Amino acid sequence: MSFNLLVLTCIAYVIFLFFVASAAERSAQQGRAKWLRSPLVYTLSLSVYCTAWTFYGAVGYAARSGLEFMTIYLGPTLVFAGWWVLLRKLVRIGRENRVTSIADMISARYGKSNLLGVIVTLLCVAAGTPYIALQLQSIALSFTVFVSDQGRAPLAADRNLIAFWVAAGLTFFTIAFGTRNLDANEQHHGVVTAIAVEAVVKLLALIAVGIFVVWFVATGPSDILARIDAQALPEWTIQPGRWTGLILLSAIAIICLPRMFQVTVVENIDDKHLATASWAFPLYLFMISLFVLPIAVVGMELMPEGANPDMFVLTLPLHLGQDGLALLSFLGGFSAATSMVIVASLALATMVSNHIVVPLWLKLRAARNLDTGNMRLLVLSVRRLSISLVLGLGYIYYIISGGSEALAAIGLVAFVGVAQALPALMGALFWRGASRNGAALGLSIGTFLWFYTLFLPSFGPDVLLSAQVMEQGLFGQSWLRPYSLFGLTTLDPLLHALFWSLSLNTLAFCLGSLLSFPSPIERVQGALFVNIFDRPGPARSWTNPVAQAEDLLPMAQRILGASEGQAFFRAQAQAQGKNGFLPDITPEFLQGLELKMSGSVGAATAHAMISQTVGTAVVSVEDLMAVASETAQIIEYSSQLEAKSEELTLTARKLRDANEKLRTLSDQKDAFLSQISHELRTPMTSIRAFSEIMMESDGLSAQEQTHFARIIHDESIRLTRLLDDLLDLSVLEHGQVSLDIRPVNLRDLIDKSLTASKSVQAQRNFRILRSRDPEDVDIVTDPGRLTQVFINILSNARKYCDAADPQMKIIVRQRKSMIEVDFIDNGSGIARDKQALIFEKFSRLTDSLQAGGAGLGLAICREIMNNLGGDIDYVPGQGGAAFRVSLPLVLERPLDAASRSHPGGAG
Amino acid sequence: MEKRVLVVEDEPNISEAIRFILMRNGWHVDVTADGIAAIGDLQTNPPDVLILDLMLPGVSGFDILKALRADPVTQTMPVLMLTAKGQAADREEAVRLGVTRFMTKPFANADVVAAVREMAGP
Repeated sequence: MSFNLLVLTCIAYVIFLFFVASAAERSAQQGRAKWLRSPLVYTLSLSVYCTAWTFYGAVGYAARSGLEFMTIYLGPTLVFAGWWVLLRKLVRIGRENRVTSIADMISARYGKSNLLGVIVTLLCVAAGTPYIALQLQSIALSFTVFVSDQGRAPLAADRNLIAFWVAAGLTFFTIAFGTRNLDANEQHHGVVTAIAVEAVVKLLALIAVGIFVVWFVATGPSDILARIDAQALPEWTIQPGRWTGLILLSAIAIICLPRMFQVTVVENIDDKHLATASWAFPLYLFMISLFVLPIAVVGMELMPEGANPDMFVLTLPLHLGQDGLALLSFLGGFSAATSMVIVASLALATMVSNHIVVPLWLKLRAARNLDTGNMRLLVLSVRRLSISLVLGLGYIYYIISGGSEALAAIGLVAFVGVAQALPALMGALFWRGASRNGAALGLSIGTFLWFYTLFLPSFGPDVLLSAQVMEQGLFGQSWLRPYSLFGLTTLDPLLHALFWSLSLNTLAFCLGSLLSFPSPIERVQGALFVNIFDRPGPARSWTNPVAQAEDLLPMAQRILGASEGQAFFRAQAQAQGKNGFLPDITPEFLQGLELKMSGSVGAATAHAMISQTVGTAVVSVEDLMAVASETAQIIEYSSQLEAKSEELTLTARKLRDANEKLRTLSDQKDAFLSQISHELRTPMTSIRAFSEIMMESDGLSAQEQTHFARIIHDESIRLTRLLDDLLDLSVLEHGQVSLDIRPVNLRDLIDKSLTASKSVQAQRNFRILRSRDPEDVDIVTDPGRLTQVFINILSNARKYCDAADPQMKIIVRQRKSMIEVDFIDNGSGIARDKQALIFEKFSRLTDSLQAGGAGLGLAICREIMNNLGGDIDYVPGQGGAAFRVSLPLVLERPLDAASRSHPGGAG
Repeated sequence: MEKRVLVVEDEPNISEAIRFILMRNGWHVDVTADGIAAIGDLQTNPPDVLILDLMLPGVSGFDILKALRADPVTQTMPVLMLTAKGQAADREEAVRLGVTRFMTKPFANADVVAAVREMAGP
């Protein structure tokens, strides 16, 4: 068969696919093609799972590893037949949320986190690009098989050229049918139909080759079984561990592979189709795998030594001179490869454009203040560019890898890669507690481990990962060896990588979710996803698309207020030339109403409410999210207001408190001034009165004159003392006092004070009880000030002690670094209710004559003791008035001076 | 008969001065520092003029004045109130309670004599 004929056939086949796709697209637009929406087409489109790798590779796999190739079909079979509850949930969530890709689904579930979208996109591109390259390789290889059959030596350049043209052609096809429209739900009827046709072609091709092998080369099934028995297939026995791992891996892949997600979830029209697919898809897989083993066995028997078993499907008919069958087989492989490339690049391009390029573009545009422009055109262009990019990457990868045999392993490597999305995806579906941080952590760790333990080493030593690292581990750490991480050496590289990446991924995902707090939008999305079946499907009241104004008016009144709502309706009715409150429900009216209401409740809420009432649109999750977000903003705003008002209340209270304090101070100041006035005026009254008497009266006796002059004299002294006390108190209170600190003996001070106080009420004879030994303490203090305090206390006792036989007990006690001096008389003491008052200014308790002071004495004593680092207290219950003076043994001068003196104060 | 003045004042020097100047002007002067005791005394033996200090130990001059004005016997008794506090509010309070004259310490002797004379009447 000539090379040109082959190319021509290919082109004809592609043109045929174009025709099919565009016909499907056209009928879908006209809404005619019921069959397009059939479960059959859906099931066939699922066969995009069977790529060239399965079409050609399964035979090679069987030739090399016996029955193990079955695991790749068993996993998906188990998922579709056994666990379609999962798929139904996945599909329902996907459709209701208008999910466009697996990245979109994970991002949407975890609070529309674009970070997650980016991670999943990058993961899928990393896993998908080599996979696309593998398809290009298989097509190029199958071409070369034909060429070499003609005796021409296959050239690498030819292969590259073929791969290039295939890539270019597929790019064109994918762009043409994948980006025709920007449908909200990203469904591509043309592409799906073409894929379904290709599914039929590849199945027919494989069955045709199989029938040929079983009934024409061999003599029937029994002969084949005998041949299988005769052929010593390696690894014929089932290894339970490896089988379980591989079945699990392919089961995960059928859910997580971007292209599978695209056809299973995104392109799904009705979840009921899954019911059909749950038996029909396993049947398809069964049929496509039915003849794998016979072809492999016969190929190994008949083909010359060294023939690539991966190409048996193609080379066996060629070898046996069946050119027509070979061509069909070629088209089958071509179909398998192209369908995968088309769907994979479409899915990847959607992710790349939605999660990377468009967000970047929008950010850039916002930063540069660019015009909004035509978003639709922009997104389409980005999508087209992304398709070219993904296919370009695949092609470049193919060129760089040189079409090496290493590519063959890439299928399973890619499976492990996309499997990293599983924990986040399952969490999205079944665990409301799953959080964005957990998903991001799990995905990152899983992706990294996949890269390190499988993806990089899969190229062989010294390609991307040096042989040294492969053998001795990263940084020479043997526990970091890519193929035996943490010393796990019993698993083969694939399962080793699957085990570590998926288990640590899951662990990180769970821990991260448990330890982080999901945002409100994550919680809402989590509830929507996990409980998708708990609520009825979206309301679709298509039967009554036009609501009555009677329905809208109450709602509008509720939102806008009764009078404003009525006014709006009346004005609208008048504008339509009608009387009353009920205008016709026109689009213009609805738009106006929505605008009006959005002023009150926000645009999204207004839209959702009108949509619901009018029934012309479904209130989608997106709408609800917008409502929730608006509500959140309102709550935020009101809580800000609340905080502000709380702040104001606090400030007001502070002001009130400050005002209260000022008022109290002012009252105290008034009382103090009034007291001072009284204390000053009283002696002055006597002075003035007697001096006037002396001035006016000539007939005063000498005795009278002396008496009056003495009164004037005593009152002047009283005045002076009062002024002295006031100044002293003021100085002490403001800490401007200069202390004369030096060592002194306490007993000497007490002696001196007793002597000095004797002049007060000198006629009274006080018995002094003291114990002289404890008094013999050397202290460092201001002796003058301390004496002043002692004298004051002793004088008060002499003045106020009402005992017939007055006595004064003086007790000195040392407590740590403090010294206490108690002065206890035997009088009636101070009434309990007055005890708190005595240290206040002008708190004279009895009449002034007896006291002879202004009531400042104890106030001054307290200030002095504070200045001396001590205190003075009234001690109740001592059988008389009892004062306790406490002070430090040694007064530290510098500290005290520094803390009490004003800068540059009196010194 | 000699007219009688009662001085209720806790400062002995001040009451002595008042007594001296009034006696010199021909009044009979009694002096007490005990305000509470004075109230009963005032009713049994009312003086012609009462000189009352505002700040007394244990009792306020206002209280004494209030008691006087409540009793029919002493309702019209001329009262000269003296205070050293000199606050306008005190004067107002005194007037409200029905004081006859109000004076701030220190005072001019002549003013006290004139006031007493005026209050005692012809």
